[in-house]
Amino acid sequence: MKILNLAKQAILVPAGIQDADIENIMGRLLTASVDAADIYFQSSHSESWVMEGGIIKEGSHSIEQGVGVRAVSGEKTGFAYSDRIELPVLLEAANNVRAIGRQGQDAQIGLIHAANTVQYYPVANPLKSLGEQQKIDLLRQVDTETRKLDHRIEEVIISLSGVHETILVANQDGTLAADIRPLVRMNVSVIVVENGRREQGSMGGGGRSDYNYFVDLNRGLEYGREAVRQALVNLEAQEAPAGNMTVVLGSGWPGILLHEAIGHGLEGDFNRKGTSAFSGRVGERVASDLCTVVDDGTIAGRRGSLSIDDEGTPTENTVLIENGILKGYMQDKLNARLMGVKSTGNGRRESYASLPMPRMTNTYMLAGQHNPEEIIKSVKKGLYAKNFAGGQVDITSGKFVFSASEAYLIEDGKITRPVKGATLIGNGPDVLTKVSMVGTDLELDSGVGSCGKEGQSVPVGVGQPTLKIDGITVGGTSV
Amino acid sequence: MQNQQEVNRLKDIVQNLLDEAKQQGATAAEAGLSQENGLSVSVRLGDVETIEHHCSQGLGITVYFGQRKGSASTTDLSAESIKETVSAACSIARYTSEDEYAGLPEKALLATEFPDLDTNHPWAIGADEAIALAIECEDAARNYDAEITNSEGASVNTHQGIHVLGNSLGFLHGSLSTRHSLSCSVLAQRGDSMQRDYWYTVSRNANNLEAAVEVGKKAAQRTLRRLEGRSLTTRQCPVLYSAEIASGLLSSFVGAISGGNLYRKSSFLLDAIDTQVFPEFVHIYEQPHLVGALGSSVYDSEGVATHTRDLVTDGILRSYVLSTYSARKLGLQSTGNAGGVRNLTIDPGVLDFDGLLKQLDTGLLVTELMGQGVNILTGDYSRGAAGFWVEKGQIQYPVEEITIAGNLKEMLRNIVSVGNDVDYRGNVRAGSILVERMSIAGQ
Ligand SMILES: [Zn+2]
Repeated sequence: MKILNLAKQAILVPAGIQDADIENIMGRLLTASVDAADIYFQSSHSESWVMEGGIIKEGSHSIEQGVGVRAVSGEKTGFAYSDRIELPVLLEAANNVRAIGRQGQDAQIGLIHAANTVQYYPVANPLKSLGEQQKIDLLRQVDTETRKLDHRIEEVIISLSGVHETILVANQDGTLAADIRPLVRMNVSVIVVENGRREQGSMGGGGRSDYNYFVDLNRGLEYGREAVRQALVNLEAQEAPAGNMTVVLGSGWPGILLHEAIGHGLEGDFNRKGTSAFSGRVGERVASDLCTVVDDGTIAGRRGSLSIDDEGTPTENTVLIENGILKGYMQDKLNARLMGVKSTGNGRRESYASLPMPRMTNTYMLAGQHNPEEIIKSVKKGLYAKNFAGGQVDITSGKFVFSASEAYLIEDGKITRPVKGATLIGNGPDVLTKVSMVGTDLELDSGVGSCGKEGQSVPVGVGQPTLKIDGITVGGTSV
Repeated sequence: MQNQQEVNRLKDIVQNLLDEAKQQGATAAEAGLSQENGLSVSVRLGDVETIEHHCSQGLGITVYFGQRKGSASTTDLSAESIKETVSAACSIARYTSEDEYAGLPEKALLATEFPDLDTNHPWAIGADEAIALAIECEDAARNYDAEITNSEGASVNTHQGIHVLGNSLGFLHGSLSTRHSLSCSVLAQRGDSMQRDYWYTVSRNANNLEAAVEVGKKAAQRTLRRLEGRSLTTRQCPVLYSAEIASGLLSSFVGAISGGNLYRKSSFLLDAIDTQVFPEFVHIYEQPHLVGALGSSVYDSEGVATHTRDLVTDGILRSYVLSTYSARKLGLQSTGNAGGVRNLTIDPGVLDFDGLLKQLDTGLLVTELMGQGVNILTGDYSRGAAGFWVEKGQIQYPVEEITIAGNLKEMLRNIVSVGNDVDYRGNVRAGSILVERMSIAGQ
């Protein structure tokens, strides 16, 4: 109840909107042929600081707030939004949106306050967790210490950002649910130069926490060290090989493979419409039996975690693939209803100005039996991809691609030399069937992922243990 | 005119913002405000899927206290919120550092003439009409061939926006612009092969949109031709970038000559000014004042006047792409490119698409690129690709699950031909581009 009251204080009270007003608007939306409706209020405060060239170069503060009103009739959705949270605006939006169904009598709705059962992150405003001077000091400390690490460092760019977001969502059954979501992120990128050759390295992290996260365990300094290490490795990197080969993926962030190759194809909307390469394949083998993949929005403090999704549904730990067998899809309310299943708490939207869709939270593969060194040792000739820049998938053909930012050759069971510009390309429904070893070292990424779908960006997490894939196409320049 | 009244109202708000900044002690300030309204409808399998009414607004301010700078933005345009936003920006400027390069543009560079570039053509289309148009488009795709088995739908979008920009040097201007589009995406199936592709049309004036039936047909054709794609063996060969993706090559080039990457020394074209970057026949220029075009604007995002100008002549790099800040960092003058280039154009050659296929002879035609494997610092380039294998100038079969790789520096130097099949839909206008040789990785 506490969170709901805080959210009402933050959004409804300043606008003079009462429970009775929400009941009214919802009644307006719910004509006879409307199956579902929601009103989504959001208020978000964010800031960012950038240090570059040894100075605090930029700072910005932003307030975004607004309300989105949606009515769904069968497969049809009517949607309107406004940046003004005002009763007349809401009524106009409701009138626009209800045209999606047949006209009829307004319904009577009584609001029920949803109790938040669990909360996976603190409600306090992360922007206030450090004073302004302390934020500056943190940036300066990371800058100074990072620059000391190596004489080849030419430039260090550090960014620090935080978001404090409050949402309130009222549904057609009268439930009013709320969430307060903190999110912080820090990133360090460095440019190194040696004998005229320039390379970069970058490392960051964060989560649903406050700025002390970067002070604790000296995480900020650790990002600097890691960025420098990567940049120096890149100085040594030679052209990547091209062709089909055995690839060992490192633990943690390389889990972006699961996100691209598997995750998007298992989102409910594509599967309801039959446009995914995974459509109609529940119960079938889509991976080797070493693979169990979940989407878990319930991990405390993670970047992709949510206590409730943007439709008010509590998030879950959803098994997508169990021992290689496809178990189910990630669902929002609309697609769950049309497919005759329950929402898995994956209904997310970028903001009040966009419609919710099935989206991932934290997607990862569970640990297996093999020691990571043993996995490397088993490869005669191949590629060890330790870090990735990003990826993309065509969910219909299943083709995916992602770019390694740190990769090495494996020769006779040993990691030998670094290579640059390696891009991996493959087919989503095939790639996990070629997984022949899964490490014991499950790790989640450091908290930097953002996923884009239909123009909407949301924070996500990925993870995996070290994996061996027998045969994937590596696109390098060295033919 | 009602629109002009609204522009004036928003200009007043921006002036208030600038006044408030002065009141709170700022020595200089720049403010922008935008307001957008629109309608999007989508249909799928012949029926309505979504009707979205868009209505958004936002303002942002940057204040300077001497050489220190702070920024803030909000979606709330109330008088109270304006005060708070300005004070948020001012409070940030207390903590940022003195930066000798920070500040507003030189007054002499600001735009003083505002010719009408014909960018505002509201489309009086209601939801029902838009739905009918989208259905016409999707029907044309679905009925095109029996192998078109499913659809992601068709959509119609129309937007009108007002953008106002002002600064404490006395610049204050508002402009109206519209943008309308129609798109369609369908799936085709043959045996185990399922493919999806799309086509779209976009314009500031709805009368210039491609006909709905044509958009649908092209979406269907593009999807069908991808069926039963195969991989290639690893090899080196010439690569033809089709017009709709060739603009990406030029965008990477623009990234490499942009001030931000140059002063950070993170560009593969550092100190490349006055050197041969492209072969001699290449001419690349900006046309910011092109009437009715998508990228047209009289001034950049800082109010600096834009000019028609050459970036590359005879293949030699003649100018960088600079904002006020990056120009000062480099000891140069702003080129009116805060916010990017406008209607960047590479001179079309004499060959049409078929002519280019003949010139390619045997090699890869790329029609789709995937992933982010472009490193502007080093020029390393390695991306997922799909397209067609071509022999003796004839398309043989669709290709997928391959990567194409090279180094941008060499790729730009090794452009063999630019087609006259220019794609006018984006801010970068290019025909198909033939690159002499790249590495293909596949099975
Ligand atoms: Zn994604």
